[in-house]
Amino acid sequence: MSTAVITIGAGRPRAVPRPGVWAAALFLTVVTVAAIAPGVVAPGTPDAADALAALRGPSPAHLLGTDANGRDVFTRIVFGAAPSLLAGLGATALAVAAGTALGLLAALGGRVLDEVVMRLVEVLLALPTLLLALLVITVAGPGTLNVIFAIALYTAPSYARLVRAQTMVIRHAGYVEAATSLGLTRRRIILRHVLPNAFAPLLVLATIEVGTALVAAASLSYLGLGPQPPAPEWGAMLSAGRDYFSVAWWIAIFPGVAITLTVLSITVVGRHLRRLAEGGTS
Amino acid sequence: MTEPIVEAAQSEDLVTGPIVEVTDLHVSFGPVHAVRGVSFAVHPGECVAIVGESGSGKSVTARTLLGLTGDEARVRATSFRVEGVDASGHRERQWRAIRGRRIGFVLQDALVSLDVLRPVGKEIAETLRLHRAVPRAETAGRVIELLREVGVPEPELRARQYPHELSGGLRQRALIASAIACHPRLLIADEPTTALDVTVQAQILRLLAERKRDGTALLLISHDLAVVAELADRVLVMKDGVVVEDGPAGRVLSEPEHPYTRRLLAAVPMEHAKGARLSVLEGEPARPIPPRPPGEVVIEAHDLVKRFRSRTAVDGVSFQLRAGRTLGIVGESGSGKTTTARLVLGLLAPDAGSVAIDGRPWEGLTATERRELRRHIQVVYQDPLSSFDPRFSVRRILAEALDVGGEPRATRRDRAVELLEQVGLDASVLERRPLRLSGGQRQRVAIARALAPRPRVIVCDEPVSALDVSIQAQVLDLLADLQSELGVAYLFISHHLGVVHHVSDHVLVMKDGRVVESGDVRQIFTEPRAGYTRELLAAVPRIDAATGVTVRKAS
Repeated sequence: MSTAVITIGAGRPRAVPRPGVWAAALFLTVVTVAAIAPGVVAPGTPDAADALAALRGPSPAHLLGTDANGRDVFTRIVFGAAPSLLAGLGATALAVAAGTALGLLAALGGRVLDEVVMRLVEVLLALPTLLLALLVITVAGPGTLNVIFAIALYTAPSYARLVRAQTMVIRHAGYVEAATSLGLTRRRIILRHVLPNAFAPLLVLATIEVGTALVAAASLSYLGLGPQPPAPEWGAMLSAGRDYFSVAWWIAIFPGVAITLTVLSITVVGRHLRRLAEGGTS
Repeated sequence: MTEPIVEAAQSEDLVTGPIVEVTDLHVSFGPVHAVRGVSFAVHPGECVAIVGESGSGKSVTARTLLGLTGDEARVRATSFRVEGVDASGHRERQWRAIRGRRIGFVLQDALVSLDVLRPVGKEIAETLRLHRAVPRAETAGRVIELLREVGVPEPELRARQYPHELSGGLRQRALIASAIACHPRLLIADEPTTALDVTVQAQILRLLAERKRDGTALLLISHDLAVVAELADRVLVMKDGVVVEDGPAGRVLSEPEHPYTRRLLAAVPMEHAKGARLSVLEGEPARPIPPRPPGEVVIEAHDLVKRFRSRTAVDGVSFQLRAGRTLGIVGESGSGKTTTARLVLGLLAPDAGSVAIDGRPWEGLTATERRELRRHIQVVYQDPLSSFDPRFSVRRILAEALDVGGEPRATRRDRAVELLEQVGLDASVLERRPLRLSGGQRQRVAIARALAPRPRVIVCDEPVSALDVSIQAQVLDLLADLQSELGVAYLFISHHLGVVHHVSDHVLVMKDGRVVESGDVRQIFTEPRAGYTRELLAAVPRIDAATGVTVRKAS
C-alpha cells in the first residue's frame, strides 16, 4: 500500500490552547481559589445580613445584588464554591474509584464474579437516577456527604462498565501478551499495562461527568436535600431565589450562571486535556 | 442514482486506442508531491504493472485514474484521457459513471472493501443496478453467473453469505466479480493478492490472466515483483513519486537498468540469494553471512496437540531446535503455525505432548519458574506496533525488558543504547514512541526488546510480512547477523516460502495442524517429497533471472 502523506519523525505539534480554553482555565482557577480561600476573592462573610439593603439590584456596593435577607449575592456565590465543587468532584472521584474497582473485579475475577458484578451494575443503571438519589437521601438524610454518596452510587456503574470493557480488550492486546512472554508478573502487567491503558478513556469520561455530577448535586440541593440553610450552596441559592424571581431576578440567575460557567469550563478544559493526552498516545 | 453515459465516444465499439492514457501526471497533497510526471497508457488486453514500495505514489496514481484522489489533492497532467475522452475536467458525477462501468477497481483487503453487513451477492447486484447493466429481473441470475465466472464454488450459497463467512480467497473473488460486473474495459487491481496465501494467490492471478486474455486491460499495482512478472506486459518502477524505470516486463525484470530496480530485485529472497545478504549496496559484492555452528538443543517439542472446541489446531507436531540455528515453519493461514508458536512460548498449554526450553518442560512449573523460563525464549511479532504499550517510549520498552533480564537500574540506559546499536538504531529514538517510528524501525525495536533478556531462542512470527521488500531484506540481514554474533536460535514462522527458504536451516511444512514434511531446507525446496509441499512450491511465482518471465509449473 502506498499512502502519500506519511509523516514520520519528530512528534506532531502539541495541541495549542485556543482562547476559549484559556478563558475556561482562568475561570476555573478563580473558582478553585474561591473554593480554597473564599476570603481572598470576596472580603465579606456570606451570612452577614443587612435587612435595610434587602432585594437590592446589582450596584457598586453589591456587585451582584442582595437577597431577601440583605446578604450579598456575590459573597455567597464565592463562599458557595467550595460546597458546590466538593459535591461534584467528590461524587466523581468516589464513582471513578468504585467503578474501577468493580470493573477490574468483573473483568479479571472470573466468570461468577463477572456475572454478579455486572447484574448489579445493570440493576443500578436501570433505576431512574434521580429516584435512586432521592431514595438514598431519604434513608441517609440530607447533607453534602450523602449527596456525594447518592450521586456516586448512580454514576459508578457506567465507569464500571467502561473499565470492564476496556480491561477485557486490553487483556488480549498484543502488548499484554508481549509483556507476558517477557516474563512480567501478572500483578505488574495489570498495574503497568492494563490499568493505565484502561484508565485513559475513563479519565475522559470523568472530566465530562464532573460537570454532570455538579449539576446533579446542585439539583439535589435545589430540592433542599443538600447542605441546609443558611449554608451558601449554588443549588440551594437558586432554589431560594425562585420565590423572588419576578422582583429580584439576580438572586436566582447569578448562582445559575456560576453553575453553568463552571460546568462549561470543566468541559472545555477537559476536552483540551483529552486532546493533549491523545496527542501523546495515539 | 444512475448517470446517463454522456459522451458518445464512450460507447465500447468506437474506442480502439488505449483505454487510459496519462502524460506527465502530477498529484500533490498540500506540500507533499506524491506523483511527479508519470506517463503511461493501457491498451485493451494489455497488463501494465506499477511496482514500488510504500510511499512511492503507485496507489495514488491508480486512484487518480478513478477520480478517487480526494478533495485535498491537486491533480495536473498534460493529457489525461479515459477511452479517448479528456478526463482532466471530470467532476464527481462523471467519475461515478466511469467507476465500476468503464473501469473496475479491486482493492487489497476484501474484508475491508466489502460491506460487512450485506451478503456479497447484494454487493455485486448493487454495481449492476447502479449502472443499469442488466434488466432488474435478471440481476440475481447475473450475480450467480459472475460468481461462477470468477471460480466461486456453489455460487448460489456464497451469494447469500456475508464477507466474514467467506475465506480470504473467496472474498477476493467476490470483489473481482463485483469489479467486472459491468464488463469494464480496464480493471485496476491494487495489491490484489498481498493478503492471500500462496496457493490462493496463484488462483487469483490465473483469474486476472483470464480477464486479460478476454481483452480486458489490466493495471496492476504491487510491491511484489514476482507477482508482477507473471502478468505484466509492461512494468513501471516507481520511487518517491517518480517512474525510475519503464519498459517491457521481460526486459525490466531480467536486465534492469536503474539501480533501484536492481536493488528491488536483489532484495527478493530467492534461491540464488541464500546464504548471502539481501540488502546489497550498489557496487558492493554480496557479502556472505558467516556460517553458524549448531549448538545444544534449545527447544524440544514432542507430539504437540492443541484443540479449540471441535477443531484440532495442532496435531502431533514434534521438532528440535539447536542453538545458533533457524527452524522455519511454513504453511498457509489456518495451518497451525501460530498456535504452535504460542505452545512453544508457553502462552498456551498443549492438550497432549510437551515443549521443553533448554531441557526444562513448561508443564509442572510454578508461576515463578515459568516466568524465569520465559526470559530464555522471546518473541518478535508481525505487527510490532500492537506489541508495544502505546504509552511507552522506546526507552521504557527496553527498560522493562532489561529489568526482566535482571539488568541493574544503573546500567539500563547504557545497555538500552547498546541494544539499539546492535539492531542498527541509535540513542536518538530512545524518547520516541513506537507510533512515531517507521515500520522497519519498529521491528528493529521489537528485536532489541527480544534480545534484552539475553534469550536462547527468539520466536519470529511473520516478522517481515508487513514490511516493504527492501526493509524486509534489511531486517532479515539483521536477524542473520545477530544469530552469528550471539548464537541465538530462531523459530521462524512465515507463510512466505521465499523468506523461509532464505533464513532457515531446517523447515517444517504444516497443513491443517499437521507436519506434512520436515527436513533440511535444501531438501525441502529442491526435492520435496510431500505432494502438498510440491503444490506450495509450484504456486510461488518466481522470476527467472535470465528471461524475467515467471517460471511456474501448472498445478
